[in-house]
Amino acid sequence: MSAISRTPARIRLSRRRFLQVLTSGAGVLLVGISTTGAAQPPLSPGLLGDTFHDLGAFVRIDADGNVLIGARDPDTGTGVATALPRIIADELDADWNRVSVVPLGLDVTDNNGQPRWTYGRQIGGTGTSIPAAWADLRPVGALARWLLLQAAAKRLGMPAARLRCDSGTVIAPDGRRFTYGSLAGDASKIPLPATAPPLKAPNRYRLIGQGTGDVDAREMVTGQTRFALDQRFGDTLVAVLAHCPWADGTLAQLDSSEALAVDGVVKVLTITPEPGVAPGETAIAPAVAVLAKDTWSALRGRDKLKLTWKPGPSGSDNSNTLEQQAGALLAGTTDPTMRVRNDGDLAAAGKKAARRLQATYFQPWLAHATAEPMNCTVRLDKDHATLIVPTQAPQKAWAVVQRLTGLSPAQIEVRVPRVGGGYGRRLDHDYVAEAVMLAKAVDKPVSLWWTREQDLTHDFYHSGCVHQLSAIIGHKREVTAWNQRMVSASVFAGRGVPDDRLWTSELRADQLPAGLVPNYRSDWYAQTCSVPRGSMRGMPDTANAFAVESFIDEIAHSMKEDPLVTRLRLLGDDRQLTLGGDTTLDTGRLRNVLQLVAERIEWKNWLRSFNGLGIACWRVDGAYVAHAIEAALDGERLIIQRVVCAVDVGRVINPTGLEGQVAGATLDALSTALNLAITFKDGQIQQRKLKDYPLANMAQLPNAVEVITVPGDRPPAGASFLAMPSAAPALANAVFRVSAVRVRRLPLMKELLRLL
Amino acid sequence: MVPAQAQVLPTSTESVIVADKLRDGIDLQINGESYRHTGDPDMPLLWYLRDVLRLTGTKVAGEHDGTGADMVLLDGKAVPAGSVSITQLAGRRVTTVEGLAGNDGTLHPLQQAFIDEDAIGCGYCTPGWLISGVDLLTRKPQPTDADIDQLPNLCRCGCQTRVRRAIKRAAAGKAGQP
Repeated sequence: MSAISRTPARIRLSRRRFLQVLTSGAGVLLVGISTTGAAQPPLSPGLLGDTFHDLGAFVRIDADGNVLIGARDPDTGTGVATALPRIIADELDADWNRVSVVPLGLDVTDNNGQPRWTYGRQIGGTGTSIPAAWADLRPVGALARWLLLQAAAKRLGMPAARLRCDSGTVIAPDGRRFTYGSLAGDASKIPLPATAPPLKAPNRYRLIGQGTGDVDAREMVTGQTRFALDQRFGDTLVAVLAHCPWADGTLAQLDSSEALAVDGVVKVLTITPEPGVAPGETAIAPAVAVLAKDTWSALRGRDKLKLTWKPGPSGSDNSNTLEQQAGALLAGTTDPTMRVRNDGDLAAAGKKAARRLQATYFQPWLAHATAEPMNCTVRLDKDHATLIVPTQAPQKAWAVVQRLTGLSPAQIEVRVPRVGGGYGRRLDHDYVAEAVMLAKAVDKPVSLWWTREQDLTHDFYHSGCVHQLSAIIGHKREVTAWNQRMVSASVFAGRGVPDDRLWTSELRADQLPAGLVPNYRSDWYAQTCSVPRGSMRGMPDTANAFAVESFIDEIAHSMKEDPLVTRLRLLGDDRQLTLGGDTTLDTGRLRNVLQLVAERIEWKNWLRSFNGLGIACWRVDGAYVAHAIEAALDGERLIIQRVVCAVDVGRVINPTGLEGQVAGATLDALSTALNLAITFKDGQIQQRKLKDYPLANMAQLPNAVEVITVPGDRPPAGASFLAMPSAAPALANAVFRVSAVRVRRLPLMKELLRLL
Repeated sequence: MVPAQAQVLPTSTESVIVADKLRDGIDLQINGESYRHTGDPDMPLLWYLRDVLRLTGTKVAGEHDGTGADMVLLDGKAVPAGSVSITQLAGRRVTTVEGLAGNDGTLHPLQQAFIDEDAIGCGYCTPGWLISGVDLLTRKPQPTDADIDQLPNLCRCGCQTRVRRAIKRAAAGKAGQP
């Protein structure tokens, strides 16, 4: 220790983030990341206990050897409550059996009236949790481990370099062992090093790369997990809503007398979206709320409401008309809203064409249909707000509460339990605004929840879209030109995004086959529509991949060629292509996943197989995916016989979790492509029950998804939606082989049965 | 001694001792415990479990929408708690997901198999699958794929392939084994 002359109170990790020890003495070691401008004094362990999560801490080692690790990002079913703590635990060399995961919830302090987020980013279900944690959480584990080693070295009187750590124990060369618990107190008093201790060499990983199940599995299977909807404050009123069918409509008439006469009903209130506030930050539509002592009374009260609504501008929106308008746009010569990419010279390429191809693909509007309904429980006190809310982005939920209550940053507490699915729906917080508005109007806590019909008819939908793809094939079967023209209504319209960036929610400038075709152009045409739109798992990749990967199959078919051969020729030699910005396409990694699924499904039978084999691939933010699917037709019944999916995400943190994400995303994408569509007539959503929006059941889905994981040592990429884009086109391509029907319109089953 | 004063008995037909009326309410047996519900007899079991007993393992996923997240065992048979009113429960046994494990905490083999296969996504629909799966395994201890196909539950996260493995694992007596 004498080598360290200076003993900093904290170690700088980045401009505003510092690694530090937050306790001293009493046998506890607590290591965390602070974002404060000034070093905090070490806190006494007496302050710990229940306030553990208030300290910016990520690791706590108790004298009894138990290790608590904080999980900062909401887990919507993505597995981050398991994976993130495991990244820290490995760097710490902790015994996973002694690790308890503590969901951190949102923590915020007051920085002159502005929020300062204690744990940095906190967002789930966007494919960024693991990459971010890999970049910034490992030093926490490494510092705790370093301190424990120093404490053991001091006790043994030998250099720390001679000691090693294994599963929560420091081991000396002579075999003497000290448990982390016995060292924790001493470790908390060791002066900090000047810089963050080095991270482990990958060959020393013991937990990373080894599969483990969900940390909350036992609680889940015994029904003990409390989702937000399962939690209440004492004396909470249950609120249910009747929403206006039009987001921009108004309440014309309300007679609540019969509702108020229902036993248990306490109050009937109206909710109006605040004008000028961005979608997702205020109520989604006007609504009438029935507040009651219990759910059953509230529902009966709602049945007794006498309501009439008046449509707003969206009352003239029709999904059919929008699609027809898109078709007309693509048939004409109108300039695009945005030329997204323009490589080479399309016109010149046209002069040397051996073959030209064009096809148009239609994809419907989609809803999220999360398992856990939208809900939010709020308790408002004079100088404090407490929320229990299923959200993917607690900082955004916080902002809605702050705006509606005017409370200061640290007066707002947002608790985020396990979340019953997100898929992008819970990046918006209209239900938080509704709950806070109601809680402000009554002097009791309010627990708001939506029924399924409200969820389906009041979503931030994914816009339907039309893709017109054209290609020019040269004399050597090479694709010399590619023109993509897409029409959709942007998610970002009305959300404060500049007009010239509205396209970014709809397609990617670097999506396949950009960089692989010398003359490549992609254009986007904006549609205006008043039906609300929002983020959707896998978008915009999933919609674009369906069109692009179906079209590549059509190109192959036009040349009477095996579509795998066409794809491999398009990829060309293994190389790194820079696609602008910081994106690169590694053609070797893409080729590899394609070949892996082809081999597993025995692609060599492609030509003569009685069943249909289909293949597709995609690249998402530094990760690569391919699907191969075998499908059969039994009369009018489509049977998905086999599904193989290969993914290359770089380093795999938790193979069990990754397999779950890949299989799950595959089934989500297949379920969506098979049967799901949202339609609207005169601005009213026509799907009101799940029977109208029929998520695939067990019988319609494949019995298994065979997942192949490519081992790798690059920093891990996210995988929560990686396996969505290539699933539906692989299925459509398989359907084409088995039925000779090219499905260019989703949902697939309806179109297939129309064309068969 | 003061002579006992004769007690004046009521001469009307009214008696101070009233014969017992049938007690109000409905007797319920839930996870082996007895309850008596005296409120609205039409209240669906789902809300009784969640709002009155605070047994929140039985999930809300909508109203009567067939997601299966609100499944409970009624005399051993899986039914959606949102579609059963309390009047229908007199004299019948209800088991919720909280009642699947033994009193000593020993998990039902299917619960263990769900852990073994990590058949959990967001976890919200998990209790419903367990109830339907236990019902299936009771009726058909060795279910075929076609039997498993008949389960009415939906899973938005796409856990169906892992749920299928878990049911087969439990049927094979391999729950809790590597």
